[in-house]
Amino acid sequence: MKQGFAPSSGLIMRTATVVILPLQLLFSVFLLLRGHNEPGGGFIGGLVAAGAFSLYLIVFGAKASRRLLKVDPKDILAWGLIFGLIATLPALLFGQSFFTAQWLSLDLFGTTIKLSTVLVFDIGVYLAVIGTITTMFFALSERLIGSQ
Amino acid sequence: MSALMAVAIGILFAASIYMMLRRSIVKLVMGLILLSNAANLVIFTSAGLTSGAPPLLDAATKQPPAGVADPLAQALILTAIVIAFGVLAFSVVLIHRANEVVQTDDLDQMKETDQ
Amino acid sequence: MNNLVFLPILIPLLAGAITLALWRSSKWQKRVSVFATLLYLTASATLAWQVSQQGYIVLQVGGWQAPFGISLVADYLASIMVVVTGIVAFTAVLYSLVTTPNTHIKFGYFPLLHILLAGVSGAFLTGDLFNLFVWFEVMLLASFGLLTLGGERAQMEGAIKYVTINLFSSALFLSAIGILYGTVGTLNMADLAVKLQDVEQQGLLNAIALMFMVSFSIKAGAFPFFFWLPASYHTPIIAVSAVFAGLLTKVGVYALYRVFGLIFIGDINFTHQILLWMGVFTMLSGVLGAASQFEIRRILSFHIISQIGYMILALAIFTPLAIAGGVFYLFHHIIVKTNLFLISGMTHLLQNTYQLKSMGGLYRERPFLAALFLIPAMSLAGLPPLSGFFAKYLVIEAGIVSQQWLATGVALFVGLLTLYSMIKIWAEAFWKAKPETLSETVKLPLWGVVPIALMAIMTLIIGFAAEPFILLSQATAEQLLNPQSYINAVLGGQP
Repeated sequence: MKQGFAPSSGLIMRTATVVILPLQLLFSVFLLLRGHNEPGGGFIGGLVAAGAFSLYLIVFGAKASRRLLKVDPKDILAWGLIFGLIATLPALLFGQSFFTAQWLSLDLFGTTIKLSTVLVFDIGVYLAVIGTITTMFFALSERLIGSQ
Repeated sequence: MSALMAVAIGILFAASIYMMLRRSIVKLVMGLILLSNAANLVIFTSAGLTSGAPPLLDAATKQPPAGVADPLAQALILTAIVIAFGVLAFSVVLIHRANEVVQTDDLDQMKETDQ
Repeated sequence: MNNLVFLPILIPLLAGAITLALWRSSKWQKRVSVFATLLYLTASATLAWQVSQQGYIVLQVGGWQAPFGISLVADYLASIMVVVTGIVAFTAVLYSLVTTPNTHIKFGYFPLLHILLAGVSGAFLTGDLFNLFVWFEVMLLASFGLLTLGGERAQMEGAIKYVTINLFSSALFLSAIGILYGTVGTLNMADLAVKLQDVEQQGLLNAIALMFMVSFSIKAGAFPFFFWLPASYHTPIIAVSAVFAGLLTKVGVYALYRVFGLIFIGDINFTHQILLWMGVFTMLSGVLGAASQFEIRRILSFHIISQIGYMILALAIFTPLAIAGGVFYLFHHIIVKTNLFLISGMTHLLQNTYQLKSMGGLYRERPFLAALFLIPAMSLAGLPPLSGFFAKYLVIEAGIVSQQWLATGVALFVGLLTLYSMIKIWAEAFWKAKPETLSETVKLPLWGVVPIALMAIMTLIIGFAAEPFILLSQATAEQLLNPQSYINAVLGGQP
């Protein structure tokens, strides 16, 4: 009995995935940044990005996806966590409670860009979600194919 | 509407417990999924059902108008869904591993640690 | 600074992330882990010292005022528990240095352990019911991972039971939170304590209280919800068993103390009467289960249950003396039980089995280890002047003073049977002649014995210098039974 998802060889899937992957990653970053003031954010952005990698994994297999990712998903997860936790710390410098958001306004090219610890936290969540889901997907698919 | 939701929640709980009491581990996981959904619906219903008034504000208004839905309950449910997602993903991996190791789908074969 | 309260959560979380980032090198993971748990111990000790000066330390996370944001609250009980957690964590990490196989470390043993710690201390320090749920889940997810590391058949079977019943308990907890929120519109514990006084429908409150009670009793391993515990706790490697045995069930007990000492105190005749019977049956069924077992780790697992019974009984009697006994019991038991599990790991190293029937001769061969076993074992059974004696003494005295004759009688009887179980382990594993089938002995690793000795010394200190610890427990009980001070500390004095 054939188990799990071996790389699919369908032409439509292969072609479509190559096109969709960069678009979906771009969209995930858009969602991440949009989460600043409107619906969106690190979690949903991370899910979209992880969805893109999972699609690639289903179509091209685990080995090719590892080559595509270049870094180990566990590293992404770990750095996501570290980023998220670091974002709680700057509040200490100003003698406030942990997690209190800190804002920094920059004037560049005539527009105001607001940077904040919230954004750092969101990037951390984004990375952690990508890391978790791809780790799980890799573990499952490599195990399933390995046990054939 | 609340009464209808209450009945639906009751049915969900009953179905999930029925599934969990079956002998197959796949059905056990189904039961767990239904269970987490039922619990989320309990929060959703007991915080009050409001239709057609999402708690979305313009940038200008600081205070929500009266009669909008309670956003806190929705935030609680969102958190609970994320947690349930993680836990259920783990249990799917777990039953897959268990099925590999024990070579059966039958919970009655898994009594070794009870003796 | 109030931010001190956050450190016992932040340090293990960061340590978890860093050890995960170092997943390629088990050597560095070990170094970071030892350093992090030592830091955790220092931070929690500082926190406890500050709490002893001020009574309460409250942090409103993110600067959001209570009851709108999440409050972290350290009172006596919470800070005692955090310090004991630090002790268990440090010794368990030391023990893991040599006993944990490299395959486990490769699959994330240390990150999971740290995240488990973060979940445990979060549960101790939070002042918000939903936040408590979140920390429970953090702790559960990490414990699922730790329980299944290694992937043996028994582990899989144990894990399925553990996961199922704990998820059921979580769903029940979540539903209870939902209904409570629907009833009073807040989840901050101090705010709940205020608002529940004005709720008219006592019947509804009792129903919610029972949902919380069942959910926490499942996590604590109380009668009749304990069957998952002896079916799963003996399956992982011994350092994990020891941490689970020491900390996880006690988080359930702590939640019971918090919720039934602060929030649901409106109808004590109803709720605490149920707790009383639950405590009695938990004691009895645990100790009888242990009497029928001949596998060390399973005997110890059943004894967790019977000792949990004492703690619940103390909560049920609900007098200052009883609560003081319960608090004393909590920290005494965490140390003793963790130590007994660690010792069973060492005997397994020596004789390669956990079955009492095929062990023997350890006293002649390893008199030092035998002495180290006797200290926690006799303390668990409650022989004076060890720590368990004072714990049992306080609970039983409270039972006599409040004229709970039956419960007190059962508690005394269970103490005797506990002694019987401990003597059984002693006689079979240590005293009787060594079976001929056993081969040459191995050398015990130094970092396996040092944690055991440290914990045994701690047991001796709590026993021989019991007075400050009893005073501390009494102060804790006084604080617990005075909800108004908690409410004032969290909500800032306004009613």
